Amino acid sequence: MAVLPTTHYEASAADDYLPLLRRAQTGDFAAFESLVGQLQGRVYGVAYRILGHVQDAEDVVQQTFLSVIEHIDGFRGESAVATWVLRIATNFALKSLRKKRGLPTVSLNTVDESFADVPHPQYIAHWRESADSRLDRSELRELLDRAIAELDDKYRVVFVLRDIEEMSTEETAEALGLSISNVKVRLLRARMQLRERLTRELGDDATRVEPDHRH
Amino acid sequence: MTCEEMLKALNDVIDDQSALALCTEFADHLAGCNPCQLVVDNIRKTIQLYKDEQPYPMPEAFQDRFRDAHKAKWKVKFPHAEV
Repeated sequence: MAVLPTTHYEASAADDYLPLLRRAQTGDFAAFESLVGQLQGRVYGVAYRILGHVQDAEDVVQQTFLSVIEHIDGFRGESAVATWVLRIATNFALKSLRKKRGLPTVSLNTVDESFADVPHPQYIAHWRESADSRLDRSELRELLDRAIAELDDKYRVVFVLRDIEEMSTEETAEALGLSISNVKVRLLRARMQLRERLTRELGDDATRVEPDHRH
Repeated sequence: MTCEEMLKALNDVIDDQSALALCTEFADHLAGCNPCQLVVDNIRKTIQLYKDEQPYPMPEAFQDRFRDAHKAKWKVKFPHAEV
């Protein structure tokens, strides 16, 4: 009889954080602190990029790991530890965002978004030799921060989870309560807008080409 | 290939270069379309820039408060554990 593949994450991929999590589940505080030490930077980065505010990001980090403690018994390994933690962080970040915007709680994703609505590229050019050749590190960071902050919240969150944190489309959809199709459209919108913005700053004008709208 | 079909395929091509091999129509289009080649290249570089960014430093004062809050919560969760 064929053995069905397990969907349990533990069996499918090495999760560097799983041994620490398992020890923490038995009350090993040092293991928990080690896990925090290794993940807090990523949690902070996700929160800061979504919220754009240091204090708000700190609050999310705090809430996230307190929640991890509270629900640590419930982690069964259906996802990687990091994915689980980042999903908790994303939920807190989104709650904070909705509160700031004066919006009600979770908005249901009932509208199918379309690729037809994605704006086409306008400024198309090669980037100059090295993206940081004319900008120093802090100027580049400032540019990247500004560009990502200019994205609509719903596109920014997808970009942060998919492209920066490298969650899969399915994980991102589950974390945000979106359909896979909407994740894909929002991701493309985010990528195209960031591309447009950065190319206007980093592009070589001499290589600029006109967009071809025939196709 | 229409514009909308191209946009639909763009994410997959960016994420997985082997998808290009499977998507002959897209590959053929790219081969003959410099603007689209540039857009695909720009997007790849954009993503890489964000991935390569240094982590945001967490303020030290926050780290201390943060640790104290964990210890307190841990003692409640695991009353007999050594903290």
